[in-house]
Amino acid sequence: MSFRQTHLLGIERLAPDEITTLLDLAEDYVALNRSADKHSDALAGLTQINMFFENSTRTQASFELAGKRLGADVMNMAMQASSVKKGETLIDTALTLNAMHPDLLVVRHPNSGAVDLLAQKVNCAVLNAGDGRHEHPTQALLDALTIRRAKGRLHRLNIAICGDIAHSRVARSNLLLLHKMENRIRLVGPPTLVPGAFAELGCEVYDSMEEGLKDVDVVMMLRLQKERMDGGFIPSEREYYHRYGLDAEKLAHAAPDAIVMHPGPMNRGVEIDGTIADDINRSVIRDQVEMGVAVRMAAMDLLAQNLRARRAEAAA
Amino acid sequence: MTTTLLTNAILIDPETGTEAPGSLLIAGGRILATGAEAEKAGAESVIDCGGLCLAPGIVDIGVKVCEPGERHKESFGTAGRAAAAGGVTTIVTRPDTNPAIDNPETLEFVTRRAREDAPVRVLPMAALTKAREGREMTEIGFLMDAGAVAFTDCDRVVTDTKVLQRALTYAKARGALVLGHIQEPGLSKGACATSGKFAALKGLSAVSPMAERMGIDRDVSLLEMTGARYHFDQVTTARALPALERAKRNGLDVTAGVSIHHLTLNEYDVSDYRTFFKVKPPLRAEEDRQAVVEAVASGLIDIISSMHTPQDEESKRLPFEEAASGAVGLETLLPAAMRLVHAGDLTLPVLFRALSLNPSKRLGLETGRLTAGAPADLVLFDPHAPFVLDRFKLLSKSKNTPFDSARMQGRVRATFVGGQQVHGEPLNAA
Repeated sequence: MSFRQTHLLGIERLAPDEITTLLDLAEDYVALNRSADKHSDALAGLTQINMFFENSTRTQASFELAGKRLGADVMNMAMQASSVKKGETLIDTALTLNAMHPDLLVVRHPNSGAVDLLAQKVNCAVLNAGDGRHEHPTQALLDALTIRRAKGRLHRLNIAICGDIAHSRVARSNLLLLHKMENRIRLVGPPTLVPGAFAELGCEVYDSMEEGLKDVDVVMMLRLQKERMDGGFIPSEREYYHRYGLDAEKLAHAAPDAIVMHPGPMNRGVEIDGTIADDINRSVIRDQVEMGVAVRMAAMDLLAQNLRARRAEAAA
Repeated sequence: MTTTLLTNAILIDPETGTEAPGSLLIAGGRILATGAEAEKAGAESVIDCGGLCLAPGIVDIGVKVCEPGERHKESFGTAGRAAAAGGVTTIVTRPDTNPAIDNPETLEFVTRRAREDAPVRVLPMAALTKAREGREMTEIGFLMDAGAVAFTDCDRVVTDTKVLQRALTYAKARGALVLGHIQEPGLSKGACATSGKFAALKGLSAVSPMAERMGIDRDVSLLEMTGARYHFDQVTTARALPALERAKRNGLDVTAGVSIHHLTLNEYDVSDYRTFFKVKPPLRAEEDRQAVVEAVASGLIDIISSMHTPQDEESKRLPFEEAASGAVGLETLLPAAMRLVHAGDLTLPVLFRALSLNPSKRLGLETGRLTAGAPADLVLFDPHAPFVLDRFKLLSKSKNTPFDSARMQGRVRATFVGGQQVHGEPLNAA
């Protein structure tokens, strides 16, 4: 099997064949999820713990559903309300968890690199559900699956990632993944939210939507991460919407069959016009949510297979 | 007064810029003679240095000893022994303790603790403003009487220019040396990396290297107003160097330092969020590192220091952005600096000009030289001896070194302070 990872911490460590393996398996789970009996026992007997140190409804629900459909015992720990507030460090939390013998640990944390740190200290498979401004690998994988299904391929596409790149882990993971799969990537946004250093990562950087969207196949909008901003990055939401909000006029510059994506939750009227988001001919935003569950099932399945293989080897 | 001859050594003399085989005659804690004159004197005991290098002991400006306040991280005993092991014969300590060393009473406590426990010379610095808060200057005169050799708020920038102007004016009148951390505090607020490709990829809050240039520019303007004696503690970016060069050319009484970490590591060493590489200012781009190495070679940057900053495991085992800054450096200063010598960037005399001679001159000390009459503060080292660093073998109480498991070349065999051996296997006198 060409998936060799112990953890899923970021796209950075995945090879293109591993990405393809994961997406292929996710296709199977899309079919399963659409069938009457949405159940498999791929994770039977395994314990999955979701630890979210940062608020999340959608991602946590998606991981929880993915685990339950695969037959895992799923537990959610709301970390904002727990002992972290009492001064427990991340390492102590990891040691406490080890004693509970989890098999899959799904972690979201507000600091870049925090999930890597945790993964070094626990003896189970760790999935990064978003760490600070660093990576959000399952989001990039579900976006990739959505693109592959809509466009029939995941290479040689022109893809524009638009908006608040600086504060977005979704942008970083997508950038890495789409690069590995040999696509052309444009970053579009105000220069305060698209630092020049991103040009060194092999992207074209635009500060005008009209130029940036010209003839692209995929338009990925990002949420304006107001909660991560300290101070004014944009003059106002209405000026931002005027210059960078996706509406029909700006979308007209893209290829006629371009698809529109958004990782959610959307700020309608800030980065995207409501009618575009709801346009079933252009918007694949709801498909993204569906693919999310399938991709997370595939990721946990593959990691669990590797985990069982390692344990069998250790026991032998 | 017994005389001892250290013979069969390669003498590294930063004053004359030479490295040559020779001997050194010491007595009463001082160097009596060098070269042929030393050999003729007929010393009572003779120590064969086995062809190793003998250089003036290192004078390290900016060492954090965590007394008072955090003795669990470092004490004068452990810092002193670490210094001796690293060939550092004088540590110039920082006042960023808890509480800050900002009054003569606290300074006297520090001096007493140092005298009791440290095997090397300890010269304390004091805070420039009370509690390092940047609001009121400290009792600069009394603190100098109590032994403060320089004044600094360490990594806190005095943001109120009026406060800094007055402190510099007063310091100038007292002849005091002031150390400044050059950084534009607004731009660098919350940053833990240098802006660029690496920080962008890792999603770390970053500061432009231009913030350092802005810090230099502001301080140089204040120095033109006040004429104070000033030392930039760490110049780490290429962009800041022309400003430094101009300030020196215009005749201001300024010198500049750089930490060994900024000379030997770059931003990519942080890799997967390794917090032992989190220092202040953050590690820079490779082009910056090369530029500051050249500046040390040319003499534009005067002083290399370890910026020894002990941190316990708890303050480092955290997500990168939340982890404490700083690295221990006393014991790795010389072997790390030897990387620059082995790479052909610096010669040994130029290295010891920056490690020993220039800091001594800046502080008005007699040390840092191999000339007759100077204190016999010496380091004997093997420039080639290879080893793999094991952080748990460090003598510092804290083990937060970025050089853990690193292959290094250059080992200290013996350290002498005032003619007394304070580190290494006793050298047998024949």
